[in-house]
This record gives sequence, C-alpha cells and structure tokens, in this order.
Amino acid sequence: MSSVLIAPLVIGILSSVLAALIAVIDGIVNNYGEVNISINKGRKNVKVKGGSPLLMTLSEEGIFIPSACGGRGSCGACKVKVLSDVGPVLPTEAPLLTDEEIKSNIRLSCQIKVKSDIEIEIPEELFSARQFKTTVESIKNVTHDIKEVRFRLENPKEVEFKAGQYAQLVVPPYGKIKDITQRAYSISSAPSQKNYLEFLIRLVPGGIATTYVHQNLKEGQKFDLVGPFGEFYKRPTKADMICVAGGSGMAPLKSIIYDMYENNETDRNVWYFFGARSLKDIYYLDEFKKLEEKWPNLHFVPALSEPSEEDNWKGETGLITDVLNKYLKERIKSPNGREGYLCGSPGMINACINVMTSNEISEDKIYYDKFA
Amino acid sequence: MTPDINPFVLFFASIFTSNILLSNFLGMCSFISVSKDIKSSNGLGMAVTFVMTITTALNWIVYKYLLIPFNIEYLKYIVFIIVIAAVVQILEMIIERVSMNLYMALGIFLPLITVNCAILGVALFMQLRNYNLIQSVFFGFGSGLGWWLAIMALAAIRKKVDKAPVPAALKGPGITLIIIGFMAMAFIGFSGMLSVQ
Repeated sequence: MSSVLIAPLVIGILSSVLAALIAVIDGIVNNYGEVNISINKGRKNVKVKGGSPLLMTLSEEGIFIPSACGGRGSCGACKVKVLSDVGPVLPTEAPLLTDEEIKSNIRLSCQIKVKSDIEIEIPEELFSARQFKTTVESIKNVTHDIKEVRFRLENPKEVEFKAGQYAQLVVPPYGKIKDITQRAYSISSAPSQKNYLEFLIRLVPGGIATTYVHQNLKEGQKFDLVGPFGEFYKRPTKADMICVAGGSGMAPLKSIIYDMYENNETDRNVWYFFGARSLKDIYYLDEFKKLEEKWPNLHFVPALSEPSEEDNWKGETGLITDVLNKYLKERIKSPNGREGYLCGSPGMINACINVMTSNEISEDKIYYDKFA
Repeated sequence: MTPDINPFVLFFASIFTSNILLSNFLGMCSFISVSKDIKSSNGLGMAVTFVMTITTALNWIVYKYLLIPFNIEYLKYIVFIIVIAAVVQILEMIIERVSMNLYMALGIFLPLITVNCAILGVALFMQLRNYNLIQSVFFGFGSGLGWWLAIMALAAIRKKVDKAPVPAALKGPGITLIIIGFMAMAFIGFSGMLSVQ
C-alpha cells in the first residue's frame, strides 16, 4: 500500500482509538450514580444522574438558571449558593466571583459538577421560572395600538407568580428575522388565574416581538413563554401605594391591583395615575371605575395630556407628572407613609421619580419597571 | 543502536547535568511565567513530572510498534502530540475523580502541559538517542524531576529578587532571563560528576 494512504490511516486509527479510550474512561470515571439535589432547604428535591455540571443538570429538571454564555464560564450569570462542600473554588470560577461571594459559598453552577448529594439555594423566582407551551386564547384590541393577548397554558398547565412580574415571549423566526427572539413583557393577569397568562402589547414600529404579535399572531396558535421573572411586585407594608403608568405600563399594575382586590387587601390606599395622550390611548376605564365602586380606598386617576375636542374629556388634563405633583401636594394625605410603583418608558419613570422624591417619598421606596 | 547507559545514570544525568530546561532550554515559557509563585511552580512541576513519565513510555511503545513497522517515522511529531493530548485528558479525568486535592494542586496546569514543549522534547530525544523502554522511562521521569527542581529553584530565587533593587529596565522577565543564565551555568558544573550527552 502506498505511504500516502498508510499515513492518514494510521493517524486516523490512532486518534479514534485514543478518542474511544477517552470516551470509555469518561463513562467509567464520571459515573457518579444517582444523586440528590436539595434546593432551598428541601423545598424541592430532585434525583438526578451525577457527573454533569449543576447548571445543565438543573435545566434538565426544568429549573432554569439564567446563563448568557451557555455554560462556558465566561458570563458569570449562573451563580448559585451551594451549602454542601463541593471542593474549593475552581480556577475557572475565581475571576468571576468576588471575595464576598466566595465567603458566602456562591459558586458558578456551570463549573461545579454534581458528584454527590448537594444542597443549594436559588432565588425563589427561579423556582417557578420555566418554559410554558401555550395556545393563544384571545387577542383583543384595547386601543388603536395596544393588544391584550391571552395565552392558555398547556404544558405545564399552571403558573405561580407574583403580581407585577414579567415573562418572556419566545417569538419564532418570521419574515426577515431568522432567529428565535425572546422579549420580556409584564404579566397583566392576576396570579389567581393559574391557567392563563395575559399581556398588554403595544405596537412599537420596527420592534421584532411587537410586530410579530400585532401582525402574525393568530388565535389558536401554539406559542412558548418563559417565566416568571422580576423584582417588581407589591411590598407588604401599610403605606399608601402611589402607582403611575402610561401606555402598556398598565399591565403589571393591573395585575397587582386585581390581585389585592381578590385577596381582600382593600384596607390599603391605592392611588393609580394613568397617563395618556388622548381618549383613544386610554383603556380599561370602565373596569377600573367598577372596581373603584367596590373598593373605596382605590383611586383611579386617568389623565390626558392632549385631549381632542370630540373626546369631551371631564377628567384631569396635563402631563402625568404635573397631575401627580398636584395630587401628592394637595389631595393625598398619607399617615402610614407612601410607596411609589412606576411602570412605563424610562423618560416617564425618571420624571416621576423626581416628582416623588420632592414629595417625601424616599428613593428606596420607589419601585419601578423600566422598559425601553 | 541502543546506547549502553545505566538507566540510573541516565536518571541522575537528566536531573542535573543535562537538565531539559537549563541545558536544552525547553519549556521556557511556562518556566518564566509560572515561576513568579512558589505554590504554582510546585503544582506545575508535579504535573510535568507526572505527564512526562507516562507519555515518554507510551510514545516509546507507539513509536516502536506503530511508526517503525509502517515506515512512517516522519509522523512522529503529530503522533507524539496526539498521544500527549489524549494522556493529559485521561489523567485529568482520573485525577478529578480519585483525588480532588491533587486535582486542585495541579489546577489549570494539567491541560496547559499539552503544549509544554519539554514534554514533546523528551519524547523526541528518547527516539533520537535510541533509548530502550527502561531507559526512556528513567529519562522521562528524571527530566520531569529536573524540570520541577529547576522551576522551584527559580521561584525561590525570584522571591528574593522581588525584594532586591533591580534596575527598572531589567524588572520582570529581563532579570529572570539573566538568573536563568546563571542557573544554567551552575547546573553545567554538575557535569564534572557524570557526563552522558
């Protein structure tokens, strides 16, 4: 046989033998049998096959820890608290952990392997975050550019979330968009509706997800959602809630307010300022008026900045910040203190934070959900 | 022809008189960069010794029973590197399972060794000088220990030098290279005791 053939053949065979050897040894050496992962002090226990990184093991069990790099150890997003001993911090983790994190046993879940029973702690919100297979139940126009989209959950069938949190819409490739796109939207339905998730989606010209929802999404269609996530939810105090929203910023506040009403938390004063340009931009007026009648401590204050003449508007007019300032100074007496809840464009939120801080609401008592 | 050298002589010679680092200047880049820290130097030295001994023996077998029969000795560079890479991979997996402490001590140095030219150099010398299997194992083990000794010595010297008023232009690698030169001369002094190559 010519040496031209022999050389590649020998190298090929040698390489494959070595590769096979590595695979076999990997199978033997990395077989750790079945191990138990105890999450958040036994709130959930999962039995898994050991030997793989914690991040991948958990996602196979349906617990999604955020990771931007996909487990290569370069983003540092997948930090979890490990309570059992899994060995010292690895050189691949060290650059992404601060000294404080190392002291409190925070580790990169993509780097540590599950070898024996371990105990970990993850933020409660990640617990219920998962991928939902859904069907589009209904799509309604609530204004000329905002749609109320309701998804019926198919698998899993139920969701648990805190009113005010958001979920991500998994938009399939369409038209010129070749990749799957994920975009976050606040959930507008109350948590009591466990089988449904509802969103308010405003058409943003050029927006990938909003354009898809407004032009391609049909009732009855299958659709994927990931969630819930987020830190924007009601704090359990007695302080008056000063809520301000504009446009589709209605969503999380609607969820929060309906959730409070359903749980009979109607002792608390809630002021809800909703800003819009003209009557065609405002929605859910009747719903909130009805709710106000049943809940005396709820005050819904819609305000139009540029009402047209045919609107025949009798409510507040002017910029929402001016209306807010006027009410905070003159109308709202808060013996129990005040908390701010804001949802809308960054411009609106920043302006409202200024108004609120000048009216005795400290910045750490103002919670907001900014979307760009 | 296999040279007539006692394996033990070969072993001591490769540690002192023909130290792979200080007489052949192989494995310099990790030698200079890692010797900043004694603990890392120790880990790397251990890993090099470990891998060098095993790969030299394996490469001897592969060369003798695969490359020579097929008359493809010119492929030795590629084949030796493939064998080294595979051995390092396997060793890493086994050490991780068997001893987490050793795994942590070796740290990231184990995978780095794949590209340490001293390892390939020892395999090539072993073939060039026609050592037999026993001689090759002693040569590999001795060279590994020699490398370990040299890096520990350099790390200790550098620790002293850190406190010395080194001229600004020579700080870091500059003074290190000069030190290595002196060390090499000192090691050559050993050849008065025994000489192999």
